Amino acid sequence: MASKIVVGYDGSTSARSALDFALNVARAQGGSIVVAHVLEWSPYSFLSAEELAERHKRRSEELERAEQALIKPLLKDMETSGVDVTAEVKYGNIAEVLVKIAKSENADLIVIGRTGHSALSSRLFGSVAGTLAQAAPVPVTIVP
Amino acid sequence: MGTFTKSATLAVPGLLAASGPLMAQSIDQQVNELFASSTGWFVNFIFSPFPGTSFPWIVAWLVIAATIFTLYFGLIQFRAFPHSIALVKGDYSDPNDAGEVSHFQALATALSGTVGLGNIAGVAVAVSIGGPGATFWMILAGLMGMASKFTECTLGVKYRNEYDDGTVSGGPMYYMTKGFAARGLPGGKFLAVMFAIFCILGAFGGGNMFQANQAHAQLTNVLGDYPGWITGIIFATIVFAVIVGGLKSIARVTEKVVPFMGVLYVLTALVILAMNADKIGWAFGQIFDGAFTGLGVAGGMVGALIQGFKRAAFSNEAGVGSAAIAHSAVRTKEPITEGFVSLLEPFIDTVVICTMTALVIIITGQLIADPETGLYLLNESGSAIQTVDGNSGVALTSAAFSSAFGWFRYVLAVAVILFAFSTMISWSYYGLKAWTFLFGEGKTTELIFKLIFCFFVVVGAAASLGPVIDFSDAAIFAMAVVNIVALYFLMPIVKAELNSYLARLKSGEIQKFQ
Repeated sequence: MASKIVVGYDGSTSARSALDFALNVARAQGGSIVVAHVLEWSPYSFLSAEELAERHKRRSEELERAEQALIKPLLKDMETSGVDVTAEVKYGNIAEVLVKIAKSENADLIVIGRTGHSALSSRLFGSVAGTLAQAAPVPVTIVP
Repeated sequence: MGTFTKSATLAVPGLLAASGPLMAQSIDQQVNELFASSTGWFVNFIFSPFPGTSFPWIVAWLVIAATIFTLYFGLIQFRAFPHSIALVKGDYSDPNDAGEVSHFQALATALSGTVGLGNIAGVAVAVSIGGPGATFWMILAGLMGMASKFTECTLGVKYRNEYDDGTVSGGPMYYMTKGFAARGLPGGKFLAVMFAIFCILGAFGGGNMFQANQAHAQLTNVLGDYPGWITGIIFATIVFAVIVGGLKSIARVTEKVVPFMGVLYVLTALVILAMNADKIGWAFGQIFDGAFTGLGVAGGMVGALIQGFKRAAFSNEAGVGSAAIAHSAVRTKEPITEGFVSLLEPFIDTVVICTMTALVIIITGQLIADPETGLYLLNESGSAIQTVDGNSGVALTSAAFSSAFGWFRYVLAVAVILFAFSTMISWSYYGLKAWTFLFGEGKTTELIFKLIFCFFVVVGAAASLGPVIDFSDAAIFAMAVVNIVALYFLMPIVKAELNSYLARLKSGEIQKFQ
């Protein structure tokens, strides 16, 4: 069975563990991987007038930085992995965007790394893993 | 550095030795006199009445403009209201554009520039001078002002400058020059320069001195009396840290707390109204009666009307052109959509928030009426209605709210200071845009503007309310004079955009996402 796996990736060690886990699964099943890097963003946040005027510029810079510092080295790294890896950089709520990508790519699995937040902060601010557990259309694996 | 520390330590005891309070009072007085005498001619010109009447021509100018836009666009503020809300919710925003400025963000930022002391102090001034009836005219002005805002913000987005690096500059200066050129009309450049000059004055006046002045009034109300220049220097230092030092953290905290304060303010007002539910009918009665009879207020019905329209315009800035600067940063293919969104601004600012303030002041019985005749009693000079403890401006609002909840005076003090601060930051940006339009972009020219801006914070806190409010009003209305002239010439462009957009919306070419 050729499976497709969406991996939430932010460059952290646990995200890397998640990717390694996904690579193993994909190799075993002959599947492919979509690496998703989500830049946290809400259209309902508040910005100053100056930030508004510079927003388009900042957005381009942020996308460029993500592409150059994170995605490009990673994809280069993945060339030798023997698995078909593609990447997407998106803005939005992390869990919502992962769900959206899983749907649009017809993925079979979402893999994310553990963030290691305390129970309190997760309760206050919500966690990506918690939201995914409730909202994901496919199984979710959390890698420590 | 060493010499600086030394001279500072020498100077401070010297200053304190010269019997602090006496000297401080004289500084405040000198600032006040100098300020009043140097701005008086400008104020007199803007507020000069029609010959033989007491009706200022500027008020007629605003009323006529708002009426013309309302009729020309076929009551757009009511027709487009549901669509405006759908746009703010993001129903028509392409999810692939996430990370760009949303309609909500442009609206919220523009609102944080307008929701401020106008809603708290300005309304108190209006009802204490014009009586409850001023509220009626204020709401009417707010509803009609929605059409003015719609017109100017559509143009602001349509004719903004987009630079190669992705930043944008927009506002009346740009639609005056580019819009007039597009229609083949002369004089766009002249209007733009005039507007920019008045916008800079407005930034120093209503966007700065009035805010500093009322923030100080609020502080003395809570902390006890002390000289204004002290508040001025503290405020100026913080503003300096943000606009010159680029201290984003303060601005960011303010941007987050201000909306929260706004909501808290409206909720508290609603609770007070609910507690006095039996008097709401009476209060509206006062508002309607006062609107057409004046209820014995100085100036009668005309006085109520003038106050209502003046304070509404000062609060929501419809027709003034300032909001067009903030709204122009939104990312949209359709300039008209930002016009739709912007018309919610006078609604929230004036029809909702200002009305709440007025109702709370009226319902809590702050205005003293003659028990026999039911007419309001005037104060000794005959210039305003007698209030409990003789309060005026922000102190009147504070007294009204804290008559129901004693602790609210502290919440209001914090709210006023934050509103004042966020309005100053917004206006420093509007003023800066006008300044760079005149003198060109560049680090030095920008720094000069920012330093002058900080200087006026101190002047505003030290001067007394009368001259400051006169100058603030005059400067902001001078912007409206120039801006509305431009809007008359450019409104056919907005109409063409509107018709095209509505046709495509009807045909289904423009659809909701999801």
